[in-house]
Amino acid sequence: MTRALHHLRPGERATLAEIGGERSFRRRLMELGFLPGTPVRLVRRIDIGDLVEFEVRGAHISLRGSEAGALSFQA
Amino acid sequence: MSATTTSTERTLPLVAIAGNPNTGKTTVFNRLTGSNLKVGNYPGITVERHSGKLVLGPGRTAEILDIPGAYSLSARSREEEIAIQAIAGLPPHEKPDVVVLVVDATQLARNLYLVLQVLELGLPVVVALNMCDLLEKRGLTIDTDVLRAELGVPVVRVSALRDDDFAVLRTTIEDVLARPELALPGARWVPSTMLLQEDLVAVERALPATWRSAGSSVPAVDDSTRTRALALWALLSIDEHDELGDVPAELRASVLGRRALAAKSGRQIDAEVIAGRYGWIDARIARFVRERPQARGFSERIDGVLLNPWAGFPIFLLVMGVVFQSLFSWADPMIQFIEARFADLGSWTASVLPNGLVQDFVENALIAGVGSVIVFLPQILLLFLFIGVMEDSGYMARLACLMDRLMRALGLHGRAFVPMLSGYACAVPAILATRTMERQRDRVLTMMVIPLMSCSARLPVYGLVIAALFPAATVWGFLPAQGLLMVAMYLFSTLMALGAAAVLSRTLFKAQSVPLIQELPPYRMPHWPSVLRMMWQRSHAFLVGAGTVILACTVVLWALLSFPKRAEITERYDAQRAELQRTVQDPAQLEERIAVLDAAQSSEALRASWGGALGRAIEPTIEPLGFDWKIGVGLVGAFAAREVFVSTMGVVYGAGKDADEESQTLRALIREETRADGKPVYTPLVGLSLMVFFALACQCMSTLAAVYRETKSWRWPLFLFVYMTALAWIASFVVYQGGKLLGFG
Repeated sequence: MTRALHHLRPGERATLAEIGGERSFRRRLMELGFLPGTPVRLVRRIDIGDLVEFEVRGAHISLRGSEAGALSFQA
Repeated sequence: MSATTTSTERTLPLVAIAGNPNTGKTTVFNRLTGSNLKVGNYPGITVERHSGKLVLGPGRTAEILDIPGAYSLSARSREEEIAIQAIAGLPPHEKPDVVVLVVDATQLARNLYLVLQVLELGLPVVVALNMCDLLEKRGLTIDTDVLRAELGVPVVRVSALRDDDFAVLRTTIEDVLARPELALPGARWVPSTMLLQEDLVAVERALPATWRSAGSSVPAVDDSTRTRALALWALLSIDEHDELGDVPAELRASVLGRRALAAKSGRQIDAEVIAGRYGWIDARIARFVRERPQARGFSERIDGVLLNPWAGFPIFLLVMGVVFQSLFSWADPMIQFIEARFADLGSWTASVLPNGLVQDFVENALIAGVGSVIVFLPQILLLFLFIGVMEDSGYMARLACLMDRLMRALGLHGRAFVPMLSGYACAVPAILATRTMERQRDRVLTMMVIPLMSCSARLPVYGLVIAALFPAATVWGFLPAQGLLMVAMYLFSTLMALGAAAVLSRTLFKAQSVPLIQELPPYRMPHWPSVLRMMWQRSHAFLVGAGTVILACTVVLWALLSFPKRAEITERYDAQRAELQRTVQDPAQLEERIAVLDAAQSSEALRASWGGALGRAIEPTIEPLGFDWKIGVGLVGAFAAREVFVSTMGVVYGAGKDADEESQTLRALIREETRADGKPVYTPLVGLSLMVFFALACQCMSTLAAVYRETKSWRWPLFLFVYMTALAWIASFVVYQGGKLLGFG
């Protein structure tokens, strides 16, 4: 079963399942290393900006909460 | 300057420096070039092209080119397209002889993705492994030998602080230039599935002939490596919504056809290619890097505060307050110093040159013109000091996150915030600061709203009008009415700027909203030489690019307000002066009477000038706003800079040239000015209409010159001038006519 990525709790780790969203968004994320099977950690929610910060392959990337919903993890 | 170099330069080998953002690429570039830097533009687009001279050994040099930072060569916009064009040497770009890839050693896996792409193109590559000094702190060790062996290219460890590392890097570049085969392994990852190979063969056939040739400089690699890599690039970059500039229709059709075909059978070409490349990396990364990376304790703890809604927002406001304060008041002593020195220079030339036209031209056109350019330097330098520190330390990335929600609602980029805030001090440095955004659309949109922010040059105008026309009363017994009015003007201009952004972003600048993908790099100390270098580059670009336009406008305005010279006026006043000198004995009284006469003469000369005629000519258009032709002359003069309105009004009303907003004479003269029917020209309603006009009109040639310099076109300055002036006219019309209807004034 998979769940949308922004449902992770701060500090929680999971494995990426599916990268969804518009094609160029998906392509960009995959090129940054967001690939199915890659470990991911939700670092924090940035409430003022409505963003979510993830750690993937040692890099910290923040996405909008709504856009991160297109990604999912293995639950 | 363009990317197509002249034949004399072509004899120099070309070294390109590329890398992910936040890898210290610019620092490496700066260390290699020293002081030989040229800043130009890539052909047909406002992306800066930084190049310089790389001294390799005695008598041996190369041209070195800084490619804009990118995570991948794949592109969606014209700005991103520059990377593939410059690295692959697609015409008219010159093909590099060596590509130096700056790699962040602490994030090797992701950085290697770009390395693989460049290797696929069949170019000689040198990997500069940067940030090695941070490896130990992160609990990482990199086996350079294994990396070198697997990549098949030289790998040099560098740390920005160590000179020896750069000597090794130079020698390596020189070796590879002499023997490119040392660094030419070809593609590391090769598409292996049949279906993907079929896609690539089909797309390769649609590549334009000019893209295929590998060129003669690198004999070791055949064209098929290169065409395969370009076909891969096309498959990942081109789609129905891209904004690429140089993609032939045949290639586009081929890519879209193959993707549609793949989609029918449930395949995703992007995922196959990207997963393939990362598969190559993942299979080896454990041998490149030992020990698992530790959590970024330090940066994460800082972010726990800076990105926290309760602490982060006040800190952010504090930082912005410091930036604002510095532009508003810390720059002031420097500005006053520059103004005073130019005034001294003016009086000095006036004392050495004989009285007359030449003296007037040198003092009031040339020296004043150069002065009005130089006077921007303190604010530009300060703003870029702050921007450099915020970018280099990693805070700018956090700022873009904090502001994303608000800015997105307005249709602006998250990074538009700093330039917009700087607009309160002065639009000119603010417009230069839009460079921190990559997309042309985001930059131009921000430039179109910055001049609506109430800049410091409007203050003297507000000050004069409020002091002259509004009583120093209090509201509710304690709030000063004049101060409240000033605050209201700032609020008004802010709301208009935000409103304009919301409207323009949904109409003229309508664009798909781009999903946000913002890397938050670890915090680090700014690299000061790079910060200083950027401050210098920005200032230099402004002085050369916008300075010439400002100087030219100053000369034209001077001519407008000084010609034609009427001999009759001069003779009449000379006669009166002679008369005074004969009759008045007391020297103090004589001086005073002569000053009054001088002021009256300048006033009459100004009325007789072309500027005066222009003021009269525009009177019918400004009459509905409550302005007479004398205000019209002031508006013409204010085009040089808004604060010039005050001194121009001083001349028009004969209060003397040096009148400022504190001048009691000028205030009194304004209050007493009457129309033909005896009614006062200036009522509080006219004053309000005038302030609204000044808040919204684009009366600033320096702003227009800066927009011209940043967009390389007259289209945007023209649009800015027309839309702001129209907005100002309409708003003033509503205020004045509405006010009259309501029975004010």
